[in-house]
Amino acid sequence: MEVQLSGILSQAAGGARCVACTGATIGELLQSLVLQYPEMQMHLDDGIAVAVNGEIYRDRRDQPIPSNADVFLLPRIQGG
Amino acid sequence: MPYETDYTNQGFTKVGTRVNRPDGVDKVTGRAKYGADANAAGQLVGRVLRSPHAHALITKIDTSKAEKLPGVKAVLTGKDFPDLTGGNRGLMDILENCMARGRALYDGHAVAAVAAIDADTANKALKLIKVTYKQLPHVTDVDEAIKPSAPIIHDWVRTAGVTPAPTTASNVAQRSEFGHGDVDAGFAQADVIIEKSFKTEQTHQGYIEPHACLATLGPDGSGELWVTTQGHFTFRNVCASLLGLEVAKLKVTSSEIGGGFGGKTHVWTEPVALQLSRKANRPVKLVMSRDEVFRATGPTSSTSVDVKIGAKRNGKITAATAELRYQSGAFPGMWAMFGAMTSFACYDLKNVKSVGFDVLVNRPKVAAYRAPSAPMAAFAVESVVDMLAAEIGMDAVDFRIKNAAKKGTKASYGPVYGPIGIGPTLDAVKNHPHMKRKLGKNQGRGVACGFWFNFGGQTCTDLNIGVDGSVNLTVGTVDVGGSRASLALIAAEELGIDYEQVRVTIGDTNSLGHNDTTEGSRGTFSSGMATIFAARNAVEVLKQRAAATWDIPVEQVVWEAGEARAKGKQNNNLPPLSLKEIAAKSPRTGGPIAGHNEVVADGAGVSFASHMCDVEVDPETGATKILRYTVVQDAGKAIHPDYVEGQFQGGAAQGIGWALNEEYIYGDDGRLQNAGFLDYRIPVCSDLPFIDTQILEIPNPNHPYGVRGVGETSIVPPLAAIGNAVSNAVGVRMTHVPMSPPRILKAIEDGQA
Repeated sequence: MEVQLSGILSQAAGGARCVACTGATIGELLQSLVLQYPEMQMHLDDGIAVAVNGEIYRDRRDQPIPSNADVFLLPRIQGG
Repeated sequence: MPYETDYTNQGFTKVGTRVNRPDGVDKVTGRAKYGADANAAGQLVGRVLRSPHAHALITKIDTSKAEKLPGVKAVLTGKDFPDLTGGNRGLMDILENCMARGRALYDGHAVAAVAAIDADTANKALKLIKVTYKQLPHVTDVDEAIKPSAPIIHDWVRTAGVTPAPTTASNVAQRSEFGHGDVDAGFAQADVIIEKSFKTEQTHQGYIEPHACLATLGPDGSGELWVTTQGHFTFRNVCASLLGLEVAKLKVTSSEIGGGFGGKTHVWTEPVALQLSRKANRPVKLVMSRDEVFRATGPTSSTSVDVKIGAKRNGKITAATAELRYQSGAFPGMWAMFGAMTSFACYDLKNVKSVGFDVLVNRPKVAAYRAPSAPMAAFAVESVVDMLAAEIGMDAVDFRIKNAAKKGTKASYGPVYGPIGIGPTLDAVKNHPHMKRKLGKNQGRGVACGFWFNFGGQTCTDLNIGVDGSVNLTVGTVDVGGSRASLALIAAEELGIDYEQVRVTIGDTNSLGHNDTTEGSRGTFSSGMATIFAARNAVEVLKQRAAATWDIPVEQVVWEAGEARAKGKQNNNLPPLSLKEIAAKSPRTGGPIAGHNEVVADGAGVSFASHMCDVEVDPETGATKILRYTVVQDAGKAIHPDYVEGQFQGGAAQGIGWALNEEYIYGDDGRLQNAGFLDYRIPVCSDLPFIDTQILEIPNPNHPYGVRGVGETSIVPPLAAIGNAVSNAVGVRMTHVPMSPPRILKAIEDGQA
């Protein structure tokens, strides 16, 4: 699947805004991403969010990703 | 995920009613215990010595005289905080902010601390500490800090988000870009383009209760912390990491909270109090003064924003860009990134680009403030939206409706929206009686939209049923805005009992599993979800007890209207058993009846609001009076409408203060000039009209009741709504917040010139 990267996350992928990854769940997807781009681990440690078909997940690594899903990696949001 | 979180469109009998708040009596009678209200036998008074300089090397600290003062039990400097962060830069920033390590980075930065037998002795001890400083060049303005000539705050900071990675130090800690499409092509299609620059000044959350805690830490590494906080589990984890403690050995209890709004999501003095206690081997109570709260806790960013939007004459936006510069204080932050993400989130744009620059300055470390970073971006964007509508001769609300994001829109920050409420809020504004009120001389009306993400997070809840049928619900999310009432309503709804039968307690860190901080408008969303599941688990136990009492299979038992009922003709002779009846028999049917849930509550659902505001500006003095103010916001499902309206009104009130009066004023010496409520003026009741509200309920598909967070979005539109109203009243575009009387007079004068 294609995973879109935004903000500082694209820097960890050498400036790419979109990368190809595999994974049936968010956890597997992130594992695949780090294997390709080890610098991404730092951002994962800091916390990120994954938007799957518009729904934003911050912590649920077991969340299934449907085929052909629109997947977007975002920095983790802080609130007030 | 073992629980079904989808919205089910169920009917309600308790949820949505306006019951009395459970903490009301305690709060109006003074029985409620806040951060400074706890005491322990033998406790000491903690005090902190703070830097008078904006930026200085600490060449020497002599604490010998203070240590010899009778009654002084402990003195700390940066050397008393060994680096246990394991190379984690974020943790080190927190530690260095709590106590300077060789360099004072802002006026008010802690450089030493004492614990003494009373306040007088502690204050005398502070005066006996001799700190030798070598002053360094400083910078406090966000635009000045990015100039090549600016003093560098940290020589280790390289701008993140830039490819290739820079090799030299910079005050720009991070660059963040969001957007899609081709903005150049979009602007080429535009009939009208408006480009404008804006500034907003730094504001504080202005919570009435100062930071306060009572810390006890023994030589065995076991401790307790009573503290005013939005997240006692987070405080526990951070303090344990900084001080080398086992998490389970530090018990943190959250007090009642006298306001937080994001400012109590971070530790400031708590690790210092714990370390003082460890050194003195006595409890230490540390309460900040108001001066310290202003100088040394976490206000929001001051900002500088450029916005450019182009549109066709038919009102369709063709392209939009923003460059946002947010200062994060003396430590790296990601506040400009949030500004960049939220700036155009209200609109359906084919070509959009927003770039945020997080900038270091010699000011206190910035913290979250209610929908952090979004109000400043909205001020700039919504001002240009108004200017563009005027330029093409279109009503400002119609212009927004034409360009509003909707289900299926690709958000400016990336993902595609599900069902959202921006369009309906604007429709409500258009049809609201407020918009039909006539305006007089020197009066103006403004409208603005706002967006915030909301989120859920880790949540853990226990529900215990007493033998008399009363219910104790223990949650781990601090009640910052009425969540105890909402959660009691939810438990009552699920169990089918009266609201008054439920008591909600905020459990300490030893009572429950980890709960994320109450931030991101998550309290009622996430603990509400956990309460639903905990109650449903308890219902399963109640059904089992009823089945055992009747000696029938549990599959033949249903739970309806607060009682167990036996299904099937063969059970017609079995009268229902109420929760109270089952609870009374519980000691002999298997013991206590309880339900528990731990959940990662994702799918919080984004939130939108539209505000309208009427003002009158005195052209002689520049003073602005808010005549009318109305908030329209999507709440998903309002569990307790009074509290939802209260959140709407509270956000608007804070936004009004931010828009008209509040600002940190720094002198040329880099020192804060107005660290008190006399000179930093928050709005009081007489400054405000009744703030009208309209709740829209567009269910969140990812919550069983359809709940969305409601606490933060209401502070996003006010700066822009008031900016548009004042601009319309005086006939000059206001570009600098706060729009204080001198700024308005100057804008009028400049406009006339």
